Amino acid sequence: MLSNPDSDVVLSVTDVVTQFDTADGRVHAVNGVSFDVREGELLGVVGESGCGKTVTMMSLVKLLPMPPGEIVGGSALFEGQDLIQTDIDALQKIRGGRIGFIFQDPMTSLNPVLTVGYQLTEALRLHKNSSKSAARQRAVELLELVGIPMAKDRLDDYPHQFSGGMRQRVMIAIALSCDPKLLIADEPTTALDVTIQAQILDLVKTLRQELGMAIIWVTHDLGVVANLADRVMVMYSGFVVERADVEKLYRTPKHPYTYALLRTLPEMEGERAQRLESIEGQPPDQLQRPDSCPFAPRCAYAFERCTQENPLLEFVSEGHEVACWWNMEKNAPREAS
Amino acid sequence: MDSAVIETEHRSMWTDVWRQFRKHKGALVGVFVFAFIIIAVFVGPPIHGVDPNAIDFKARNLSPEWAHPLGTDNIGHDTLAQMLAGGQVSLAVGLSAALIALILGTLIGVLAGFVKSLNGPLMRLTDVFLSLPLLPLLLVSIMLFRDTLRAAFGPETGIFLLIVGLIGVTSWMHTARIVRGDVLSIKEREFVTAAHSIGTRRHRIVFRHILPNILSPIMVSATLGIANAIITESALSFLGLGFPPDFPTWGRLLYDGTNFIQITPSRVIWPGVFIALTVLSVNYIGDGLRDALDPRLRGR
Repeated sequence: MLSNPDSDVVLSVTDVVTQFDTADGRVHAVNGVSFDVREGELLGVVGESGCGKTVTMMSLVKLLPMPPGEIVGGSALFEGQDLIQTDIDALQKIRGGRIGFIFQDPMTSLNPVLTVGYQLTEALRLHKNSSKSAARQRAVELLELVGIPMAKDRLDDYPHQFSGGMRQRVMIAIALSCDPKLLIADEPTTALDVTIQAQILDLVKTLRQELGMAIIWVTHDLGVVANLADRVMVMYSGFVVERADVEKLYRTPKHPYTYALLRTLPEMEGERAQRLESIEGQPPDQLQRPDSCPFAPRCAYAFERCTQENPLLEFVSEGHEVACWWNMEKNAPREAS
Repeated sequence: MDSAVIETEHRSMWTDVWRQFRKHKGALVGVFVFAFIIIAVFVGPPIHGVDPNAIDFKARNLSPEWAHPLGTDNIGHDTLAQMLAGGQVSLAVGLSAALIALILGTLIGVLAGFVKSLNGPLMRLTDVFLSLPLLPLLLVSIMLFRDTLRAAFGPETGIFLLIVGLIGVTSWMHTARIVRGDVLSIKEREFVTAAHSIGTRRHRIVFRHILPNILSPIMVSATLGIANAIITESALSFLGLGFPPDFPTWGRLLYDGTNFIQITPSRVIWPGVFIALTVLSVNYIGDGLRDALDPRLRGR
């Protein structure tokens, strides 16, 4: 566990387990994920598709379809309240008010038949009981904050009159409208092209400095995380496999999966006509909760122990945790602790 | 920034809707025709000044002439006066029955689509209603309830309520099915999750986020519903189970006229034309409204 029991922890998640009932059986999507988010911090969550990043975040505020989804256990302390134990009615006050959400695809996350102004003011009217004109005024400020020109005139426009990047700015403005303490961004730049992506990242950096909220940034783009995050958490098959400060993780990845992920990035230097690396094999079938390391079948370093026991997340150095039986630096099995 | 300034520069959604609606020529014509029909049937009778139930045996089966612009029937009723009086009833029946069907259908459709546990029962109920043979059902219900309602509300209001109610509760099923299907697909869309994520409550999600998205199919089935109700009422009148004989409706006039189609064809033509015109104009209005209410089509 993270040893920082300071008061500046905004969200403290412990052992969240989420499963889905499907026709094939029970899918173990999230298998006991724990992490802390500190005030003003940007935590990057990376991992390939289906590794449980989004489901973990959705579990925190119960945005999952339930059933088939079920949050089996765990706790998520936010402002002294365990979100997992809170019922939906009470959560609705927290959603949008204290915790803002940004979704992956801005093209589908805005309601096509409601004006941008309406959608921007909805959270304000729900959580702050703002009057119509006060909410509109705040909406204009928000649109200006996220860099939409002629904000006042654009309030009565509909989403289809905005471009993809603009819509994502609107989504960000909606998420920020009630000054949330925590912002959960679920792959917010994945659906955007690279230029727009860069603009949105710049915007987020600026906003963070201005507003100082904590952000959880879910993505599978390691480049984005390197650019933005303070700390990074790598997930695989519903487990956290490595967590470290961003520098450490990129300089000295300690989990073979992180290592392999970093190797898949195209290199800027060196020979041009090099094939991109990929990680062999497929993510495991999640119908059974693994009792060995879930990455072992694809791991270049796997040895006997990996197929027998599932490693737990352990501190290996200051601010660096990893769940692996192999010590990559010594190139030898990790000593029993 | 001054909030007053913002308010005044706020362009109204309804201005936009009207601007788009005007572009739909068919809908505009529809509005004029429908308005003409409504004004005619409600303002016409005092101007025309002939009692629709006045019998004049000397003036039977007349062709159109100055005193009887649309001719007379086999017992000397003035056809124009009957058309106008009948229009009032037919329009009232059509509009109110369609409204009942629309409300019922939308309610059942939304509940079935949004509340998982109600989906099965409500859809089976819809199936039951769809599989009922409507005409016999209507006939039996009218036989059963006619006298009670007549006693309670008087012969005219009683039968009006009965017919409107019966047509309403037997024609909501298609609306319900369409609405349910659309709610099912819309509620899985990402913007609904996004609405949940800002803490919107369920009923607000239904009314503000889902319903506006399914307005077009509702619109279309509502306009078709009006036509359907007018025609069903005609069929009931034809079978002698609608309004009493001295209470003309377009449907009754049409069916009464069929026996005399060779002597006075205008008795069939006029009710037929007006039923068709009403249905068509309402359909065009619905079509135009649907386009105008959809912001994705608006402003193109």
